[in-house]
Amino acid sequence: MKLGVPREIAEGERRVAATPETVKRLIKLGFEVLIEAGAGALASFPDAQYAEAGAELVPDARSLWSASDVVLKVRPPVESSELGVHEAELLREGATLISFIWPAQAGPLLDRLAARRATVIAMDQIPRISRAQKMDALSSMANIAGYRAVVEAAAAFGRFFTGQITAAGKVPPAKVLVIGAGVAGLAAIGAARGLGAIVRAFDTRPAVKEQVESMGAEFLDLAFEEDGTGEGGYAKQMSQAFIDAEMALFEAQAREVDIIITTALIPGRPAPTLITRQALELMRPGSVVVDLAAEAGGNCELTVPGELTVHQGVSVIGYVDLPSRLAPTASQLYGTNLVHLLTDMGGGENFRVDKEDEVVRGALVLDEGQLCWPPPKREAPPAPPIEPAPKPIAPPPEPAVIARRRAKQSALGLACCGALLALLGLVAPPAFLGHLTVFVLACFVGWQVVWNVTPALHTPLMSVTNAVSGIIIVGGMLTLGGPLTSAATWLSAAAVLLATINIAGGFLVTQRMLRMFQK
Amino acid sequence: MTQGLTTVAYIAAGVLFILSLGGLSSQESARRGNLYGALGILLAIGATAARMSGGYPLLAGVVVVGALIGATLAARVAMTSMPELVAILHSFVGAAAVLVGFATYLAPGQALTGVEHTIHQVEIFIGVFVGAVTFTGSVIAFAKLRGSLSGSPLLLPGRHVINLLIVAASGYLLWRFLAVSEPLGLMSLGIMTALACVLGVHLVVAIGGADMPVVVSMLNSYSGWAAAAAGFMLSNDLLIITGALVGSSGAILSYIMCRAMNRSIASVIFGGFGAAEGAAPTHGAAPVGEPTPLTADEVAELMAEARSVVIVPGYGMAVAQAQHPLFEVTKLLRARGAEVRFAIHPVAGRLPGHMNVLLAEAKVPYDIVLEMDEINADFPETDVVLVIGANDIVNPGALSDAASPIYGMPVLEVWRSKVTVVMKRSMASGYAGVDNPLFYMEDTRMLFGDAKKNVDAILTALRERGRAAEAA
Repeated sequence: MKLGVPREIAEGERRVAATPETVKRLIKLGFEVLIEAGAGALASFPDAQYAEAGAELVPDARSLWSASDVVLKVRPPVESSELGVHEAELLREGATLISFIWPAQAGPLLDRLAARRATVIAMDQIPRISRAQKMDALSSMANIAGYRAVVEAAAAFGRFFTGQITAAGKVPPAKVLVIGAGVAGLAAIGAARGLGAIVRAFDTRPAVKEQVESMGAEFLDLAFEEDGTGEGGYAKQMSQAFIDAEMALFEAQAREVDIIITTALIPGRPAPTLITRQALELMRPGSVVVDLAAEAGGNCELTVPGELTVHQGVSVIGYVDLPSRLAPTASQLYGTNLVHLLTDMGGGENFRVDKEDEVVRGALVLDEGQLCWPPPKREAPPAPPIEPAPKPIAPPPEPAVIARRRAKQSALGLACCGALLALLGLVAPPAFLGHLTVFVLACFVGWQVVWNVTPALHTPLMSVTNAVSGIIIVGGMLTLGGPLTSAATWLSAAAVLLATINIAGGFLVTQRMLRMFQK
Repeated sequence: MTQGLTTVAYIAAGVLFILSLGGLSSQESARRGNLYGALGILLAIGATAARMSGGYPLLAGVVVVGALIGATLAARVAMTSMPELVAILHSFVGAAAVLVGFATYLAPGQALTGVEHTIHQVEIFIGVFVGAVTFTGSVIAFAKLRGSLSGSPLLLPGRHVINLLIVAASGYLLWRFLAVSEPLGLMSLGIMTALACVLGVHLVVAIGGADMPVVVSMLNSYSGWAAAAAGFMLSNDLLIITGALVGSSGAILSYIMCRAMNRSIASVIFGGFGAAEGAAPTHGAAPVGEPTPLTADEVAELMAEARSVVIVPGYGMAVAQAQHPLFEVTKLLRARGAEVRFAIHPVAGRLPGHMNVLLAEAKVPYDIVLEMDEINADFPETDVVLVIGANDIVNPGALSDAASPIYGMPVLEVWRSKVTVVMKRSMASGYAGVDNPLFYMEDTRMLFGDAKKNVDAILTALRERGRAAEAA
């Protein structure tokens, strides 16, 4: 099975679908890996490293595409100005393409690919289920975008993020507002916190509050009851009243914060406008807005996709290639997502497109030229874990009740013991009672002493008590003195022998063990 | 030697024994404690010997032979075989108690009459009974621990009835035993001994391999009670004191073990726990997702980058003898500035405290070996947890899944850490027969194969990294 990794030709794209490290793992999976010369150059992976990892370098795109059974890409195929041909045309008839596709907006591209009878798996359509998390390229790219958004903001922002008190005066910390606490938002919170800023975050899904707080940011609550959790953990559209309240909150925040990072996306819709011109104009000059939703129209009214613009002193960053700006890491994570997907699909030997596999089916756009996207809705998503029948477990009794019950039990126990002792006292001879006294007291002393033994020494405790119980030797010795002809003497001798083994073995092995314990 | 002097010597010996157990409260004083114990027993033997009416050559011969055997055993035993050694030593105490009981019965003693005579007879009878149960029970535990007998519980139908019948029969024999005068009771005593031996076998055969820590501590306790019973029959306070000390020590250990496994002590004494419930594995919530396997190199990489590492050893580490390379790994990581600690579950291994001894053998400093309660709160701040050959003691189902057979058992909450690496031979379930959802968690990685080989591979990979770093 030959995997081909072409150089990305989309403008400004620095990522590559395989790194030397993922190439090694792909080869381990049983694939042959072909890589176009210079494919990793912009992501700082020189050809020599790929060769070392075991990939075969192919000098030109045309022969690479035609030799590959499966082509791994980052961006959807585009027109190559260099070769004067569309990448889709280069794909071998009946071959497989794994890449970001965005099928909803890719009608003409899908037609071209269908004409090649291609099988196409869209990395952007991997279902959001826990088993597929390791293949979820959208999450890994969003994570990078969130981090990079903070780095871009810091570059455009003329001040420190962290507050400092220096000999030259005091610098206040920057205040950052992150809107949308998805993967990208959380990554942005983490990065901004790491730089020392004060971070606030807002999200329509109340469930993420805990995650936001765990990253060290303050969660802004809207005094308004509406849950914005939609399908697959993404957000859904909110009611007008909610949006009004939200807008008021953002305007209030705009006056206060230095940096706003917006990450609000609703699947299949244009991005909601959250930062209006009016709100933007409330921000202090020198402030920065980074709009991670720029590609989908932007969360900020003034965002220009792909550009940094300045409006009344406020920078608005609408870059759409943030993951690509961190090309080595992005390539590594994306490449690993691909490795996981290919592992799931059977590796090099048993590679197949299994339509029964929920993950593969979800991401499958074309099957040998047949359009099969969007996938049929799966019947009743694995029945939400409704608690089967009210729990039959009785509510635990009140502590007071337990205590009372315990007290009753122990009182009963004491009474029984007392009665038993009284009975013994009536019939037993004084000698026996003397021994009994010793016995009971010794039990209590043992109980007290042994609780103090550190658990680490429980094995030595066992071996030492073992040795000590060799004291039964005394019993053997007391009956040993008889004539050699008597059975009792020989029984005693045997008892003494066993007890001695115990004593010698027990103490010596304990000593050996204890010597090993050292600080 | 007068009676008074002997008694004083016995008192001193008793005090020394208590000091000996007290010494074990910390590692610093433990060795001194052991010496106190040895001193106490020498004192007791000396005092007793001084009162003997002869038979010194026999005594000397027997003691020399016994001491030689004991010393050889102690010097030769591997630390992984400690559970077996402890079990077989218990059986010696049991056997000795039986022999002493018979000898006391046969030896011409003081002429006792009336109630005193009856009590003496009862003491002999009970002493022999407890001794015999301890003897055969320990032998079976020994065989199970060595692997000569299968570790799986053997459950006869109506086993509780069998046990009850044996006890009832012994009660009847006691009545017969009391009814006749001196040598004639020998038959009842003998039959009862045989029955008690069967009982000992039957009780322990019914207990599964993972319950062995409890069984061994129960037998430890029994051996103490056997010695105490012998003390009663011989009117010897020192035996009573010592027996009581050992008996309560074993009882405490059993109690601790039972609590750590969330089982009632009765279910262990009467055997067969874990069999009924364990017969239907995975009837709790079926785990979702699939395990993520890693290679030893990748694990080494994870560990090299971690700032804090916790290692959770289990019986699998003992079987594979992985503790030595493991400590080498620990040293390397500590040299790199990472915090490495060991977390010990009370029932890890086959003997209370077994893991501590194995780690001590590998020279792991005891101050980085922590108990469950000490470390459970630290898992959220831990970068990497390495679980070696443990399963049930790290099962999150014990806390969350009310349907799980081990529900309620306290466990090491390793899944709260950032990454958990589980080293295991295969995906097979642990002794309790329960599937472990930990293996399917998102932050869990599996490293399959022999623990020793894998630890060696991690060690090699870490060393290479170290060398590469130096070269660079």
